[in-house]
Amino acid sequence: MDFLQLILSGLANGCVYGLIALGFVLIYKATEAVNFAQGDFMMLGAFVCIGFTNQDYMGLDFMLAVPLSILVMGAFGYAFNWGILRHMFGQSQTSIVILTIAMGFIIRFIAGTIWSHEPTSLETPFAGQEVRAGGLVLGVNEVMIVVVTAALTLLFYLFFSKSRIGLAMQAASQNQLAAYYMGIPVKRIHSLVWGLSGMVAAVAGILFASKGAIDPSTGLLGIKAFAAAAIGGFGSLPGALLGGIIIGLVEPLASRYGPAGISQIAPYAILLLILIFRPGGIFSQTQRKKV
Amino acid sequence: MRFVFKTSYDADIRLFKHRAQAVWYFLLLLLVLATPLYFVAIGDAYLLGEITGVLILAIAGMGLMLLTGHTGLPSLGHATFMALGCYLNINLLGAGIPWIIAFPLSGLIAGLLGTIIALPVLRLHGVYLALATLAMSILTSDFVVMAEPWTGGIAGAAVPDINIFGMEVNRYSTPYKFYYLVLFVAILLVWFYRNLLRTPTGRSFTAIRDSEISARAMGINLTRTKATSFFLSATAAGLAGALFGHSAGYVTNETFDLVMSITLLLMIVIGGLGFIHGAFFGAIVVGIIPVAIANGRSFLASTFDININIPGLESALFALILVGFILFEPMGLYGRWLKIRTYFELFPFYRKDMFKRQKSYLKTDRVQ
Repeated sequence: MDFLQLILSGLANGCVYGLIALGFVLIYKATEAVNFAQGDFMMLGAFVCIGFTNQDYMGLDFMLAVPLSILVMGAFGYAFNWGILRHMFGQSQTSIVILTIAMGFIIRFIAGTIWSHEPTSLETPFAGQEVRAGGLVLGVNEVMIVVVTAALTLLFYLFFSKSRIGLAMQAASQNQLAAYYMGIPVKRIHSLVWGLSGMVAAVAGILFASKGAIDPSTGLLGIKAFAAAAIGGFGSLPGALLGGIIIGLVEPLASRYGPAGISQIAPYAILLLILIFRPGGIFSQTQRKKV
Repeated sequence: MRFVFKTSYDADIRLFKHRAQAVWYFLLLLLVLATPLYFVAIGDAYLLGEITGVLILAIAGMGLMLLTGHTGLPSLGHATFMALGCYLNINLLGAGIPWIIAFPLSGLIAGLLGTIIALPVLRLHGVYLALATLAMSILTSDFVVMAEPWTGGIAGAAVPDINIFGMEVNRYSTPYKFYYLVLFVAILLVWFYRNLLRTPTGRSFTAIRDSEISARAMGINLTRTKATSFFLSATAAGLAGALFGHSAGYVTNETFDLVMSITLLLMIVIGGLGFIHGAFFGAIVVGIIPVAIANGRSFLASTFDININIPGLESALFALILVGFILFEPMGLYGRWLKIRTYFELFPFYRKDMFKRQKSYLKTDRVQ
């Protein structure tokens, strides 16, 4: 029972990692850029929702605050690409990596200045409610996390493989110039996908903040999500979720059954092992070009 | 305007393009050699210690510059190699090996270990290398704690003094000797770096940076060349780490953290990617910013009675400067200097687009 409980809470954690990973896999899949600030986007999304919901701030109704903060974060993502990243168009990936790292610092500073550096948690209507099933005690928020994550992953998977915009995004990623020739508005597509990933980040942040307290440095969680995305295979949406769950599960198990200190190391150790033995990740997206 | 007539192929790879350049660098050398005289005159060596710190950062920056600026491989984990160099140096000195052997040895071992760690990842594309080095950087602190017998763990380890043939060098008691020692290492490395860039190895680094496909077509063994670059880069970082240890006097598991790795990367971008000068300019900026912020704070507090005490302001300001550079001056401080110099050299024929690079359209790495 104890073991199962551990697994379930790990699963909920893993889904949050998976959601953050989903955010930058989205960006990577469509723009070939890696957003090292995705964790900070998540943190900002959580704080925006806290700002709308909590009694100390605006005290709006939770059901109103959630879509509002998702919209705000979507706009933020769109504006971020439109205002900053679009000017980097055509520059090397390394500079984009460095730029997003720097943006992470700035976002952390802004969030800390507006909402303080104290850990704050989101006041949700279902806080403290539990579901009991055969001796297992599950928080409603944990169940919500798993359900929402699975639904979002499926949605985006279908979006990318079936919808017109999704296909355009894939094309824009595979060869920008060719996509231009085909009449795809690459820059607008890029902004769109950044907006989308901002929305995903908001969802991840809201779920995370409903589970426990959050402070500006929570954004560093994004690094674990990176490991998740790379384990799953960068550029694969189900892979991001799977990687997130693997990390989420390994952490509590390692800290419970492994020697001290192993639980912090485990996610990155798995990442390094995967990179060494299966460089493309579990769902490898790399393929040889046939000439 | 100066015309350099190249009459032989050697002229392309000469250390100095023309005599005036050599004279300027000689004057610079005299200046850095004479700097301590000023501090002797005012009798306060505090600032000299800061300058020494900047030089150490510049050495680490040169290491990263070789990898990121000249080979085009981003690393977010160079503090790890600094940690390796630092702890190796402490342990070798502790084992009774004289500094003159222990110091270069710790750099070399750090380089070798770094190459072994990085070898599997070097086959992958840049983003993965960034990820793997990021993971490495995060793990460093945990490994330092785990290797307690050698590193002192959380309690930290004291760094022994330098002893060169009976001459004691310590940052606090003999700041001038320490300055000259660091300066010597820095100049030696610059000389090596400058010469390396003239050799076939150095040129293949730049070839890889500019186009991996063309480099491979020219017969360059990608993995081996990247590994060489990584080795040299990690060695320089290891040497810088050892010196950093001597400068700090005491190191713990939090000395070489992720922030340091990122600072190194930001440093070379601000300085100018792909120029040795960039490492030095970047190190100067990184050294000046905290001092400038502290001075600005006390100025505001004393003159206008405004007390700014926002946590995280320093790193945010740093990040803001960096974003500004990437957006408006991707070539960094040195690039800006080059532009200004060209403007005056060609006056009045300088055009705005002279340094404009052709845009490259991204293609996926997933289809090779």
